[in-house]
Formats: sequence, C-alpha cells, structure tokens
Amino acid sequence: MITRRQLIKTGMAGSVVLLAAGFLAAPQPDLPTASQDHHVFLQAGDEQIIRSLAPVMLGMAGLPLPDIVRGVDVAIRNLLPAVQQELRQLFDLLGNRWGRRWLAGVHGPWVQATPDDLAAFLRRWQQSPLLLLRSGYQALHALINAAWFGNPASWAALGYQQPQQVMGLLP
Amino acid sequence: MSLPDPVAEGVASGWRVLDGAAQTQDLQLTCDVLIIGTGAGGGMTAEVLAQAGLDVLMVEEGALRTSRDFRLLEAKAYPELYQESASRKTADKAINILQGRTVGGSTTVNWTSAFRTPPDTLNWWGERYGLKGLNPPAMAPWFDMAEARLGIADWQTDPNPNNSVLERGCQALGLKHGRIRRNVRGCWNLGYCGMGCATNAKQSMLVTTIPGALQHKAGLLSRARVERLLPAADGKSLLGAEGRLLAADGHSLNGRQFSIKARHVVLAAGAIGSPAILLRSELGGGQVGKRTFLHPVVISGAVMPQRIEPYNGAPQTVYSDHFMHTQPLDGPLGYKLEVPPVHPLLMGVTLSGFGQETTSLMQQLPHLNVMLALLRDGFHPDSQGGQVRLRKDGSPELDYPLNDVLWDGVRRSWLTMAELQFAAGARQVLVLHEQASLQSSWQATREQIMQLPLKPLLARVVSAHVMGGVAMSSQPEQGVVDEYGRHWQLRNLSVIDGSVFPTSIGANPQLSIYAFALRAAHQLRDALKA
Ligand SMILES: Cc1cc2nc3c(=O)[nH]c(=O)nc-3n(C[C@H](O)[C@H](O)[C@H](O)COP(=O)(O)OP(=O)(O)OC[C@H]3O[C@@H](n4cnc5c(N)ncnc54)[C@H](O)[C@@H]3O)c2cc1C
Repeated sequence: MITRRQLIKTGMAGSVVLLAAGFLAAPQPDLPTASQDHHVFLQAGDEQIIRSLAPVMLGMAGLPLPDIVRGVDVAIRNLLPAVQQELRQLFDLLGNRWGRRWLAGVHGPWVQATPDDLAAFLRRWQQSPLLLLRSGYQALHALINAAWFGNPASWAALGYQQPQQVMGLLP
Repeated sequence: MSLPDPVAEGVASGWRVLDGAAQTQDLQLTCDVLIIGTGAGGGMTAEVLAQAGLDVLMVEEGALRTSRDFRLLEAKAYPELYQESASRKTADKAINILQGRTVGGSTTVNWTSAFRTPPDTLNWWGERYGLKGLNPPAMAPWFDMAEARLGIADWQTDPNPNNSVLERGCQALGLKHGRIRRNVRGCWNLGYCGMGCATNAKQSMLVTTIPGALQHKAGLLSRARVERLLPAADGKSLLGAEGRLLAADGHSLNGRQFSIKARHVVLAAGAIGSPAILLRSELGGGQVGKRTFLHPVVISGAVMPQRIEPYNGAPQTVYSDHFMHTQPLDGPLGYKLEVPPVHPLLMGVTLSGFGQETTSLMQQLPHLNVMLALLRDGFHPDSQGGQVRLRKDGSPELDYPLNDVLWDGVRRSWLTMAELQFAAGARQVLVLHEQASLQSSWQATREQIMQLPLKPLLARVVSAHVMGGVAMSSQPEQGVVDEYGRHWQLRNLSVIDGSVFPTSIGANPQLSIYAFALRAAHQLRDALKA
C-alpha cells in the first residue's frame, strides 16, 4: 500500500495534488496555537497559517493579525460552497504536516517558520510550473490582501481616504 | 442633510416588492411576463412591457439594495453587490470576472462608460451570422432611445488626472483617442461607481427602468434564485419557472421555494447566468454556453511624479481605439485602452507580486496610474471564447482557456500601455505579471515584456464584460435565439441580455445590451398585445 508520504512525493502533478489534499485532511494537523476568536470557516490551524503568512505577504510588521484573520474568514464565508470546499482542501493541505513539508517546503510548524522560509514558500508557489500550486498562492494572496486593504486601518499608510464632501451625507 | 433615496421611498409608497428572505411560505405566483434577472437586459425589458399594461414580474437572485446602502466601501460592496464577492473566476482561475448580483445587475455597479456597438461589429454579424436586421442604420434609433432614457451624453467635466495620463500619452505618441460618454445625471464626479452610486446620479437600471416598471404595477421578487424553467408537456413552450428563496445573508437558502406561471418568460440573467439556467433546465441544446466572451483585460501600472489620486473622479472618461481599427477584424486581436477607478482592496488583490516591494508600490497609491487593455475576442478563428458548464451542485463555471492568439494580444497591449505611460511622464512602470518588476525606462520595460512567459496565473487577466453563450443566429441550427432574442424552439421564451451576442462587442457592452433589449422588448410587446 502506498503511504501518504509516497503519495505526496509521487503525486505532484496536476489535480492529483488536490486529490491528495482530500486524503491528507485532518488526521495529522500541526498543533494549533491557542486562539480565542471563533471563526465560521477558519479553524485554529488555518488561523495560524494566515497569521504566519500575512506579514510576509504584505511585507509589513505590526499588522493587526486578528483583524486580518477575521477579514479572511468573512471573505471566505461569502464565497460559493464549491469554492469554499476548494479552500478547505488548500488549508487542510497546508495544515497537514506532510503537506506543509513536501508541498509547501516549510520544514517546521507554521508558527515557527521564519520570514525567509515563508517568503520562499510563497515564491515557490507563485512561480510554480504547476497551475494548481500557482492558484493556491493566488488564493492566499487575494484573501490576505482583501482582508487588509479592505480594512480602513490600512488606508492611512496608503495616503488614501474616502471623499469627505460626501461621507458626512451618508446615512 | 442626507442624500435622498427615491427607490427606498418608492418601496415605502407601496411598490409591489417582495424580499425572498422575508418569506415564511413557499410562493406561487402568476404573471403575463416573467423576467429573470434585473440587469441591463431585464431592466429595459421590464419597463417597456409594464408601460404597455402587461403584468410583469421581475425575479432577481441578488438583494434589493438602494443608495442608502452604498457607503463607498469596497469590503461592504463586493460581497453585497457582486457575483461571488467580485472574485468569480474562470475554471483554471486565470481570469477574475466582475459581474453584478443585485437589483439592477451589473448596471448598479458598472463604471458608466457608454459606447454604441461599433459598426464593424454589427456589419460582421450581418455578414458572418446573417443577422441583417442589426445593421448600423437599423440600430441607430434604438441607440438614440436608450441614450435618451439613460441620460447618456458627453461628459463635460475634465477627465480626472488618472485618465489624463492616457490622453497625454496618446497625444505624445500620435494615437487616436477620445472622451467617453456616460450614463449619468447630476454626477458628483466622485469615482465610486463600482460600489453603487450613493448619489443616484448613475442612470443604472436600479434608478431608471426598474422604478419605471414598478410604477406601472410590475412586481419584483429579490433574493430569489431561478433554478429551472418549466417546460410544457408539448415540449414547445414553457409554463414558467421555479427556484429557491435565499436567506438574509444573500447566500444560504431560506428553505422556501417559489414557482411562477407565466404566459411568456424573458431570460435576462446575464452571460453565465442565462446559459446556466438553460443548462439546469436541460434545455441546453448543443450551443448553449459555448462562445462566451470576456474582452480579457490586461493591466499596466505606472508611478507618476505628481499626485493623481486615481480613486477620485469619474472612472473611464478617456479611451483609445487606435489598436481596434489598425488590423483586420479577424486578424491579431485588437484592443481598446481605458483607465479604471483604483481603490485599495481591488488594487491590493490585483497587483502582482508580494512583500515589501509590492507594499511600497501600494503606498504610492495617490501616484498610481492604472491602464487597461480590453482584448476583442470572438472574431479571430482561434478566438472561440469559453464555455459555461455546471458544477455538480448546479452552480455555473466558465471554462475559458487562454491560447496563443490571446497571449499575442496580451504582449502587444502591454507594450503599448507601457510606452504610453512613459510618454505621459511616468517615473516607473509595472505590467501586472508575477515575474515583472518596476522599470524606470521604456527601453527596459520593453525588454522585460518581451521576456515574460505567457502563462495563466502569471499574467494578471481580468474581465468585467461577460458576453455570449446564448447566441443569436439567422438559422435555428446555428444558434439558440433569433435576432429578437426569441428562442428557436420554445415559442414563449426570449433571451434578452448580454448572452445573445455572437462575438464580443469590441466596446464596453452596456449600451449594446440596452439597444438590443429595447428592440427585442418592443417586438415582444407588440406580439403579446396583438
Ligand atoms: C464593475 C463593472 C464595471 C463595468 N463597467 C462598464 C462600463 O463602464 N460600461 C459598460 O458598457 N459596461 C460595463 N460593465 C458591463 C455591463 O454592466 C454589463 O455588460 C451589463 O450590465 C450586462 O447586462 P446583462 O443584462 O447581460 O446582465 P447583468 O447586468 O449582469 O444582470 C444579470 C442579473 O441576473 C441575475 N441573475 C443571474 N442568475 C440568476 C438566477 N438564476 N435567478 C435570478 N436572477 C439571476 C444577476 O444577479 C444579475 O443581477 C461593467 C460591469 C462591471 C461588473
């Protein structure tokens, strides 16, 4: 019988990856770090992935991580069930020890990964020859950017503000 | 003082408006004409038929949101007003699609650019598809009528500095360009059209034809998703349609269903939406969903020395069609150049790259010019568009493969945009591709563009113009509907929306849909009144 590990190593092409994600779901998660927030879609392990990746994706320290995690959760909640399912597979894959190690190339648990490890992972998937990994990167990119730049707390640093002549007239 | 909300006032005054989310029982309704979808096609049709005294019922999957709900906030607008929270994607996820999902459809969130269908497109339809009735002189009165109804006119205000970049670049390089007409009345020049117009200046279906229909006793059922059309036993006509009511979150089911009996059904759920309903109803036929077009869009960003605040001021007021008419229509893809509104969330999601470099570019947002090239798909023999299909759960998905003929257009249009931006004084330019980096000269940018691998999910490709999938034809075998949108097999079904076009339009499509809808709706009115 093929072991999980072999499956991941050999199943690197095309949609086999997503299939593998289904197999890999749940049984061997990274230890979640304690989380007080309750989210609708994101589980504790997913939350840690977002917390680790957001500062590297956004190239910034001092981000309000709980807000970003919440923003990602809200964004996903508003997606189609079929798309949510794909994201579930993505997070399960990344949250699984073997998926993290062999597909993301991140050796230690997400909470311990260094910014360099995380940037290397993002770059690898962004530039991957496999469409599926590129789409995984793009999903993380879109969710984290939407969660941050949709949040008015990000606007001052951009020099952006809403048009004052009308804001006061809104209900 | 607070801003008036005439639609909310109309509802309060007793318009026949039902919210699916508020229903505690299944609904069984009847009407003369059931209109599925309330966007450009559905809105226009509803007003014409209701004014003629027909009993019209509009059904819309999205919620009824009005100007008081529009807060110039992307994080609120996208989930509430757009299909799939503005992140609908093609099957391989390579193209991000913007489409509306609210009363008024995409017209509630569109950017107000109004172009008549280019004559070469109409002539092509006549020659290639036998659609002789849609020739430019025959269409002119319908364009006139749509323009008068929606206040479409020259935009007298100066372009915002973001659009001026395109104008200056075209002047410097000697490229043909022009100003864009807009469907607005009393516009405040804010630049937030994409989040719903808070001042009701945009003459979308939400504030024009839908109120016009409701004032003539039409009904509106929102948060109601049509699942399928109901064929009559003879297989040659429809009894009506049925579907499910949605909950207050706009997505989950409220547990109740609806069924509507109608003398005539107008399918106006937009491209992707209309073919999906036909497919779910197993009324597909071989053609349904095929040849769906997008005007695939590629993007170039530029850092300007001066502050241009690209988020302020009317979006898309300058265009260039220089590269639309320099090649044969079915040759290498032509492209139209425009300048979109730029806001933080959509920009953050759309910019390529990540990390510090990208962040420092975002932090120059007030200096950022963004230019678009819309590729004219559907004319070249290798540009066959995409195909709408159903997922297991019945939701639609568009499979739109990116091929060589498209990539060729992508590279040419990047080159044009970068050259234009430098000619207009840009300090740095970045074409949106995961391997591109900011360049400080036209020369260096050109070299980089020539090297970029053209692959899905490396090049950023987006679309706000979904067209086709339920094509018009002059012969039943060649399409799904005739040139009035009448279904070739089902005698009381019409399709009146952007899905009927046999190719892309080659210009922003709203006015094409309005004019086609007026023509189809007047024909339908006469037939139903006879
Ligand atoms: C952000 C944005 C900017 C744009 N800018 C411009 C512009 O500047 N100029 C221009 O010309 N065009 C623009 N467009 C495009 C233009 O608005 C559309 O082409 C046009 O509105 C399409 O009309 P339609 O009737 O085909 O569909 P839509 O207007 O999309 O309406 C279809 C409606 O049907 C509903 N529906 C779908 N499925 C179902 C179902 N099963 N049951 C019930 N209801 C359903 C949808 O919710 C939607 O409200 C823009 C579009 C977007 C999204």
